[in-house]
Amino acid sequence: MNAVAQFDALPTSAETQRGLIAVAMSGGVDSSTVAAVLQQQGHPIVGLTMQLWNQRRLPELQGDGPKQHRCCSLDDVYDAKRVAQHLDFPHYVVNFEEQFEQRVVRPFVDQYLAGRTPIACTNCNTDVKFEPLLRMARQIGAERLATGHYARIRRNGATGRWELLRARDESKDQSYFLWGLSQEQLSRSDFPLGELTKEEVRALARRTNLPVAEKPESMELCFVPTGNYVQFIHAYAREAQIPLSQTEGEIVTEDGVVIGHHHGVHNFTIGQRKGLGFAAGKPLYVLSIDPEKNRVIVGNDDALRTTSFAVQDANWVSVGLPLGPIRAQVKIRHKHEPAAATVEPLSASTGRVAFDVPQRAVTPGQAAVFYDGDRVLGGAWIR
Amino acid sequence: MTRAYLDHNATTPVEPAVLEAMLPYFSADFANASSIHTPGQRARAAVEAAREQVAALINAKPQEIVFTSGGTESDNHAIFGSVLPLVTWPSVRSPNPYDDIDRRKSIAHRKHVISTTVEHEAVLNSCQELEKRGATVTYLAVNTNGIVDPESVRRAIKTEQPRPFEHGVTRVEQQTQIITIMHANNELGTIQPLEAIGRIAKEHNIPFHTDAVQSVGKIPVNVNTLNVDLLSLSAHKLYGPKGVGALYIRTGTQIQQLLYGGHHQRGFRPGTENVAGIVGLGKAAELAQHSLATDAARISVLRDKLERGLLARIPHTRANSAAASRTPNTTNILFSGIEGEALVIALDLKGLACSVGAACSSGAVEPSHVLTAIGLSAEEAKSSLRFSLGRHTTEAEIAFALDVIPAAVSQLRALSPTYQKHLAAHHDQL
Repeated sequence: MNAVAQFDALPTSAETQRGLIAVAMSGGVDSSTVAAVLQQQGHPIVGLTMQLWNQRRLPELQGDGPKQHRCCSLDDVYDAKRVAQHLDFPHYVVNFEEQFEQRVVRPFVDQYLAGRTPIACTNCNTDVKFEPLLRMARQIGAERLATGHYARIRRNGATGRWELLRARDESKDQSYFLWGLSQEQLSRSDFPLGELTKEEVRALARRTNLPVAEKPESMELCFVPTGNYVQFIHAYAREAQIPLSQTEGEIVTEDGVVIGHHHGVHNFTIGQRKGLGFAAGKPLYVLSIDPEKNRVIVGNDDALRTTSFAVQDANWVSVGLPLGPIRAQVKIRHKHEPAAATVEPLSASTGRVAFDVPQRAVTPGQAAVFYDGDRVLGGAWIR
Repeated sequence: MTRAYLDHNATTPVEPAVLEAMLPYFSADFANASSIHTPGQRARAAVEAAREQVAALINAKPQEIVFTSGGTESDNHAIFGSVLPLVTWPSVRSPNPYDDIDRRKSIAHRKHVISTTVEHEAVLNSCQELEKRGATVTYLAVNTNGIVDPESVRRAIKTEQPRPFEHGVTRVEQQTQIITIMHANNELGTIQPLEAIGRIAKEHNIPFHTDAVQSVGKIPVNVNTLNVDLLSLSAHKLYGPKGVGALYIRTGTQIQQLLYGGHHQRGFRPGTENVAGIVGLGKAAELAQHSLATDAARISVLRDKLERGLLARIPHTRANSAAASRTPNTTNILFSGIEGEALVIALDLKGLACSVGAACSSGAVEPSHVLTAIGLSAEEAKSSLRFSLGRHTTEAEIAFALDVIPAAVSQLRALSPTYQKHLAAHHDQL
């Protein structure tokens, strides 16, 4: 055999350690507990912390806000390494700044400027965490990727499909952000915390003496630690030379009467009441945003109710693409009580959702996730 | 698990003989080398003996050796010390810095430095800081083998004489203050033609500094043959401890001190001497001098075996700058179609330690500036790994490397979309 043929004949599957599982570690108590749990179950593990965003990149945002709640900072990497040292498993930092900027940060800014309200965490899950990170995990010899998400995965023996389910602790459930995962991605992922409550997780962390057991949760977007996303958008747009509208836009009623002005559609989201900059008789809410005309349309609360809306880029999870309309409980926001609806696919990726009872503030850019009890049937972006 | 350490350019293990030489200075002979009592004198003697050992390694005089905290400090000292207001070495006095603070800034406007695009960050970042303060720097390009053309140094020299003041006319007059060019490159191992460059520097009366951190202990370094006035070296690259190094300063060189404090090392480099570390550096230098030739012969055979073996067994690979004159231990290989970061991790999990880019830039987004300087694309730079062998690297470790690296690359390529693209683009070559 010549050298090339010898090379081609080399085994491609990992022989490093059978059953190696990669754990995505943010340095927080959830993902650290995942590592502890898997290790206690006897799995060989390797920790991976993603470097996603250089916090020092936009200088005007420095010195703002509480530094300790910044995700992906050096402190968080350090915490992840301490956990890895404590439990004695290898840990690496892997750099996905380019992918994160292309697939999460830039779309986030573009969506806001287009008058939509994006969900960065969903893009991160679908396009970063479970894509290049999962690939990296497989390349280094791990067959599976475990994360600290509160959600559950199970294989349906009858249908052969991988199903995504809500977490047992509904108050922590993150299934709303995971609707974009493919069958391939789900088949290689583990969510060990799906059956646990947050209290149980912390108790586990304490029992294992994890260095991060008492670490507070990070609540904000990882790349906008101050929570001031408007400031972030301005800073990023400036650096990336994205033109922001220089002129003030109009705030109008449904009849087109101009009742005020605004400084950028990205300051608003559907259903918003604050920030309208004037006192009117009755409370006024943002009904819709017209980025082309740089307008924000406001009206009464009743006008905020929608029965039916269009969706795009659908992904079917626990079931395959339905042949006709199906019934489901649909969530249109992370903090929204799922409401009964009929979901009608119009093509492989588009469709219409019709609620039985009109729901408040259906927001373009957010996701409509279709549940059947605990199961996530699928989801799509709201048009 | 079998472990092979092929990252000696990052650091080397401390030789047992070096450790043994150091230990007494932590306990029995712990005194401060500057104290006048007997214990102090013993420590002083050890420091001066070490100074002689280091001087002997590079053919310098002992009084031309200043001990520092390592290569980075030596580089900073050589560069900032040559561009700031000057004092002739080995004088014991230095000007009061606060008197000169404004003059220093305006003087910097006329100061010019010549360096290259492939220097270590300790040199590059120092040069960039000088630029922020008003100096100008020329970063000479290198060819695809990473080598600087001495004639490009000559062309870059600025020797404008100060001209009489002209009312209403602003100009920047430049005068080259220092040429700083590394001896051996940390990522590629390529060796610069310092003799020729040094001659040009001498012709123009410009101080010539070299960062010799990667060459001292690996190849013969003679400050007179190389025509250098300043040279940086670091103990932990030649089987000595971390945290100690030296700066060679040729008698008569004009240089400013960097740190201010007590009278240690003629007041020029204050700070209580790290006696144990310095003794370790001295011993390491002595050992290096004796074993340099045999080490080089043995290691280069193993390095060539590794390099040839990888190129033969794995398609779509290339050795970066292999045609240049290199240190005997380094090979830098491009593995097309994979992420270097992933390969380093995969190899580490299999027990093989190596690196992508230089040790101090891990986790960085930018591809190696050295690989970019020799003409690699960003993608190629990120797909290249450095293997650097050492005095104690064995045949078995090389055999192990030749075993695990192809398997790891194969595994990565099987899952790599960029490899598929690479294959499609290069289907006619191999």
